Amino acid sequence: MDLSFVPLLAILVSLIVVIPIMLSSNKPNLRETWTILAAVIKFGLVLMLLPGAIEGKSVELHLVDLAPGLPLALNADPMGVFFAVIASGLWIFTSFYSIGYVRGSGEHKQTRYFASFAVCLSATIGIAFSANLLTFILFYEMLTVATYPLVIHNEKKEGINAGRKYLAFTLTAGLLLVAASALVYHYTGTLDFTPGGIFTEVELPHTTMLIIFVLFLGAVGVKAGIMPIHGWLPAAMAAPTPVSALLHAVAVVKSGVFAVIRVVGYVFGVDVMGDYGLNDILIILSGSTIILASLIAFAQDNLKRRLAYSTVGHLSYIVLGVALLTPTGMTGGIMHIAAHATMKITLFFCAGAIYVNLHRTEISNLNGIAKVMPWTMGAFAVGAMGLAGIPPINGFFSKWNLILGSLEGDMVIPVIVLVVSGLLNVGYFFPILYRAYFKPGEGLEKYGEASPLMVVPIVITAALSILFGLFPNLFFNFFDLAVDISATLFNTGSP
Amino acid sequence: MIETHLPALIAITFLLFSMLIPAFGLYKRELCQPLAVLGSGIAAVLSLWGFVQYLNHGAIRYFFGGWEPPIGIEFVYDGLSGFFILVINSVAFFVFIYSGLPARSEFPQKVMPYYALAMLMMLGFNGMVMTGDLFNLYVFLEIASLSGYALIAIGEKQAPYAAFRYLIIGTAGGTLYLLGVGFLYTVTGTLNIIDMTAMLPVYAESPAVVAALILMIVGIGVKAALFPMHGWLPDSYTYAATSSTALIAPIGTKVAAYILFRIILWLFGIELTDAVAPLSYIVGVLACIGILYGSIMAIAQTEMKRMLAYSSVSQIGYIIMGLSLANPLGFAGAMLHVLNHAIMKACLFMIAGNIRMKEGHSDISLFDDSYRKKYPWTMASFSIAAISMVGLPPLAGFFSKWYLALGTIDNSNWLFLAVILISSLLNAVYFFRMLEKVYMMNPDKGQKKPADAEYNEVKASMFWPTSILAVSLIVIGFANAAIVGILLNIFPM
Repeated sequence: MDLSFVPLLAILVSLIVVIPIMLSSNKPNLRETWTILAAVIKFGLVLMLLPGAIEGKSVELHLVDLAPGLPLALNADPMGVFFAVIASGLWIFTSFYSIGYVRGSGEHKQTRYFASFAVCLSATIGIAFSANLLTFILFYEMLTVATYPLVIHNEKKEGINAGRKYLAFTLTAGLLLVAASALVYHYTGTLDFTPGGIFTEVELPHTTMLIIFVLFLGAVGVKAGIMPIHGWLPAAMAAPTPVSALLHAVAVVKSGVFAVIRVVGYVFGVDVMGDYGLNDILIILSGSTIILASLIAFAQDNLKRRLAYSTVGHLSYIVLGVALLTPTGMTGGIMHIAAHATMKITLFFCAGAIYVNLHRTEISNLNGIAKVMPWTMGAFAVGAMGLAGIPPINGFFSKWNLILGSLEGDMVIPVIVLVVSGLLNVGYFFPILYRAYFKPGEGLEKYGEASPLMVVPIVITAALSILFGLFPNLFFNFFDLAVDISATLFNTGSP
Repeated sequence: MIETHLPALIAITFLLFSMLIPAFGLYKRELCQPLAVLGSGIAAVLSLWGFVQYLNHGAIRYFFGGWEPPIGIEFVYDGLSGFFILVINSVAFFVFIYSGLPARSEFPQKVMPYYALAMLMMLGFNGMVMTGDLFNLYVFLEIASLSGYALIAIGEKQAPYAAFRYLIIGTAGGTLYLLGVGFLYTVTGTLNIIDMTAMLPVYAESPAVVAALILMIVGIGVKAALFPMHGWLPDSYTYAATSSTALIAPIGTKVAAYILFRIILWLFGIELTDAVAPLSYIVGVLACIGILYGSIMAIAQTEMKRMLAYSSVSQIGYIIMGLSLANPLGFAGAMLHVLNHAIMKACLFMIAGNIRMKEGHSDISLFDDSYRKKYPWTMASFSIAAISMVGLPPLAGFFSKWYLALGTIDNSNWLFLAVILISSLLNAVYFFRMLEKVYMMNPDKGQKKPADAEYNEVKASMFWPTSILAVSLIVIGFANAAIVGILLNIFPM
């Protein structure tokens, strides 16, 4: 079967669906049907690419030339498919959850909400399947613009300020990406993502290389939430919770770390990274981000903000894994994309369910809520323990690989960072569980569990976290896929 | 063969219609606009034809009266002039379609003079671009300028004052240019550009030639609103009527930029330009200052037309910066930006006109989220044009900046690269600020239900040109590789 148009269709399906969503603005049920339909079709299309990806094959498609010699080209390689499966799969759950959420809390401008959401997913899959940096820039900026209406959704002062902050960070990042790509094009004459990098043929002065790398770091570091350029992410929590769940725990921020992987593994290449000592910068930044973000998370009483800082920390797990430049570390980092996605989306879903059901956002108000929302808090416990790295939840598994990867590279400090961070995670998550389960609550008599539209996705994502932790290869051979991807990045020298 | 007459035909079309319009306009005023649309339409089609001819058979040289230069005057339709002609005549065609309603509502008594003058101005612009003779260029420059002053004076109460100011500054600029031409003539004994190009290397370092070059750059810099000679522009664009601004803003400064291209890259060539002093670099630095200054001033404005005017100062800077780089990619970026900016600015001034038409003002501080209900398509066009101005892919504006950035890197000119990037951010500030106002409730004012607002989009004759120009920004974005392929071939070295 010819699959060459599948990546394009996977991108377009959620872009096209915007039109029927807009047109059925006055019929909410029909409108949401479109969203669900697009989500299912998109996931199906991405799954069609998976068997090929597991065999290490890529599906390439050249569309038009965006500039002489620089085509708008898609390449669904294993790494891209890995990311696309996660993003599009979780979109299905988020769509159901969104319906429960926006109706439960009576949000305004729901059409704009669902339309922007669909565009965001198009951009995310586009990022996953971009074959070169120029195509990547196109979708990266598209994601920036499409997320903006979601960040400012509530249109209150706080939301608008968050939107401005978001744009200031991400547009600057986009420009740095343009500058970095222009430099890469100038020196190498190509912008194609190539396993092992495109700098292998080129000998550049150390400073030039460093400048290009720093530009890239600024460009992808913003969306990847690397400190000190993470500031937009906690602010963007002003967005409705499903947005925080899918975009600020999966799609947008994972696009950032995905970009880190692309830059490290496919633009510079692990050898060049090591030769020029560029990975040290990444290790230092991501290591300190992990610790600092966890510490800041302690100080947050707002549940979503605490989760946001937790996200900042965990994104840097992935960056750290990539920066170790060891096959196991890379595998761990790639696995953590999936692991953190299922866990953090569960936690955000829970936060949203609590908000819609009980109208509570502050952790200090969560006393005793496990009694009325047992399923939600049960899922929350799973997600929290997973992020703290407690087996058998999938967070343990990726962290285990990260630690092995550090040892493989004879690096001790990353191991310490990971262990300490695990303790800090326990430290900032367990008070929440303690309050919810063991402290007597007040004023909860008239409340029950949230709407099934929200609870069912919560339970499923929590269950996925456990299942992936127990059997990493249960679905789609995900672990093997990650191992293979990381192998292609390291074995470029020998055929 | 009619193809060989194309350059003359394009210019004569405008001349003919500038006389037909008063003749028919006295009889029936309603005929003026259709005639202008017809005239500019014919010119646009001829320009396209000419450009295709150029691509297939090379440049067209037309000798008036069969007198060959240096005795006679010639029109040259080569890649550079052909591209500019095509851009200005196509954009003018859309503006003339658009201009009917605003003209009738803003200055009902002066519709006939407006169109007659506009045709004359277009004649001037076309002549400036196509002529192969430096003095003849001055003549056309004055035709365009004089009709331009009059067009700007048709407008709000302050418009005549703005036009007068422009007249004083513009005439000074024109005179400086003429002085430069005089110097060159005394040295070389010819006024024909092609002849002079052959002779200049001999005299390149003579003080008269260097002085002539500087005089011409400064003189034309006034017309191009090159910083710091931009002072006339904001007032003129703000106070002139919608139809005048929409016509002059996208085209006027571009034609002046064309002359700079012709003088620096063709007549002198970059080596001779920089033979004595790094003039091209100085021009580039001025352009950079203009880019930043224009963007910052644009942020400070609350009047949409005034904001767009300052944005023009900034955008013309991009074009001249690309020129100063004098390498193929910088040139392609600048030329692509000529096209992009002409479309974006025409579209944005049309949008300002649409809002003025319906709301009676275009004061940004009074914009609110009822606009998106009342004028959904105008606002959608605005979003596209604004995002293109900011320079996000896949819209056209991104690509001109991309090539300009590549051009700066080729010259290792990091200062200019930084300016391009910073200015994009500044653009984002002033455009997203407006998008925020239009698409979101004002959190300070509390709830004003946009649901109360009724759909109230402008009429088709204003709506379609706006939308088509906006959509063309997407098309150009995807088709830019082909355009740039042509532009790279035009580059003279």
